[in-house]
Amino acid sequence: MNEHLLSMHDVTAEDVVRILDTAESFREVGTRVIKKVPALRGRTVVNLFYENSTRTRISFELAAKRLSADVINFASGGSSVSKGESLKDTALTLQAMGADAIVIRHSSSGSPYQLTKWVRGHVLNAGDGTHEHPTQALLDLYTMRERLGRLEGLRVAIVGDVLHSRVARSLSFGLVKMGADVTLVGPATLIPPDAPAWGVQVSHDVDEVLSKLDVCYLLRVQTERQRLEYFPSVREYARLFGLNRARVGLLPEGSLIMHPGPMNRGVEIDSDVADLPQSVIEDQVTNGIAVRMALLYLLLGGRGESGEQASRG
Amino acid sequence: MSRILGPDDVRRALARIAHEIVEREHTDGLVLVGIADRGDHLAFRLSREISKIEGAEVPVGVLDITFYRDDIGLSAEAPEVHETRIPFDVSGRTVVLVDDVLFTGRTIRAAMDALMDLGRPRRIRLAVLVDRGHRELPIRADFVGKNVPTQLADDVRVMITEVDGEDGAIVQEGSTGRRLTEAPPIAGHEAPAIAGQGESA
Repeated sequence: MNEHLLSMHDVTAEDVVRILDTAESFREVGTRVIKKVPALRGRTVVNLFYENSTRTRISFELAAKRLSADVINFASGGSSVSKGESLKDTALTLQAMGADAIVIRHSSSGSPYQLTKWVRGHVLNAGDGTHEHPTQALLDLYTMRERLGRLEGLRVAIVGDVLHSRVARSLSFGLVKMGADVTLVGPATLIPPDAPAWGVQVSHDVDEVLSKLDVCYLLRVQTERQRLEYFPSVREYARLFGLNRARVGLLPEGSLIMHPGPMNRGVEIDSDVADLPQSVIEDQVTNGIAVRMALLYLLLGGRGESGEQASRG
Repeated sequence: MSRILGPDDVRRALARIAHEIVEREHTDGLVLVGIADRGDHLAFRLSREISKIEGAEVPVGVLDITFYRDDIGLSAEAPEVHETRIPFDVSGRTVVLVDDVLFTGRTIRAAMDALMDLGRPRRIRLAVLVDRGHRELPIRADFVGKNVPTQLADDVRVMITEVDGEDGAIVQEGSTGRRLTEAPPIAGHEAPAIAGQGESA
């Protein structure tokens, strides 16, 4: 495995299998009365979040705590960032305090990469701008493999605002790497022009693809971007692309409905659809903890730069 | 390389250990927990032996001790993990830990910590197919298939049909430098205690 996890391009198909297999062992830990193992005792993980996040930050925090690592949560509000401290100075400060791993979310694409130039510890990208969100992709791959038994040959549609979605990018790269068949679906304004180069197909008609899917993956409509006029109205989007009961009827038996959250019920997904048994949105959240435990364990459990200081037993 | 156990030796040793477990621990509240990835198969076999002797079904669990190892971060790659599957509550039970080789005792220390996190066993016993000595912790086995004197640097390998295609055990003459760590100096003892005085001494 690479020293950092910045992008799905940092992991090979072999790495993905290893991460998912390791995560499976960590799933069992989450079912115990004492949901904690001492694997990363004495290591420090810093959550450096420059953007709002509920599930990713909490998921990383729980993952680190269940491995017995010490966790520092850093949010840009209420910190020296509001006094104008730069990312570099904040990073160097955290480094000086002995962080073994930094989990970063930032609105600027590429900031996790920049961070690796300044700090010695491992860097995990928890979402950077419109670039990537690799841990989300890995937990999605885990959920698909767990439910459907394989990744190779799976037919997956990713529906919505692909253009601004780091989730869609990471997931597409991951699925293509694992031999799945990916179709991006959305209005032409929200499909990135370079999409064909990712090794995926593109469609603008959701009704046409639904009947040939194993997984229908819905992206959040970023309503805050609506004033930028990528599509005429939220209501029109919901009518053309939203997953409602009638469209669920087109999905083959046994197919899954997934969403990275947070959901806009009634926009990209109807409220009753989100609560159907084939919707595995809660599984995604649960699996996220196990997958992040696996990543922290695989990155920090070897003899990294910080490993030399690690004491025995 | 020399063979210390053949297929028949393994079979006899397991049959004897099964008898000893039944005699000393009885089967009431007894469970077997094998340490992945060979001890678990031995545990299943012991359970079958015990049911042949007593007619009682002894539950078997599989324990992965990776997360409890004391050398995480000392090897280049994070140690590979397996799944723990213990389909019963260990609290109040007599747990017989089963492993293939007993060496430094560090694996057993890790296994006991892992078990304690899963509940509060009434007692923990240890059964191993081969005890090769060189303990680094105050741990001993209650049931031993065979005691084998070895050099520290030797490599002892137990093979079992489920994993390796045949039963047996071999000793490989050790290459040098097998041990991982030199003891670090204890702070304050390695250097002259007080600067200035030390130099004249």
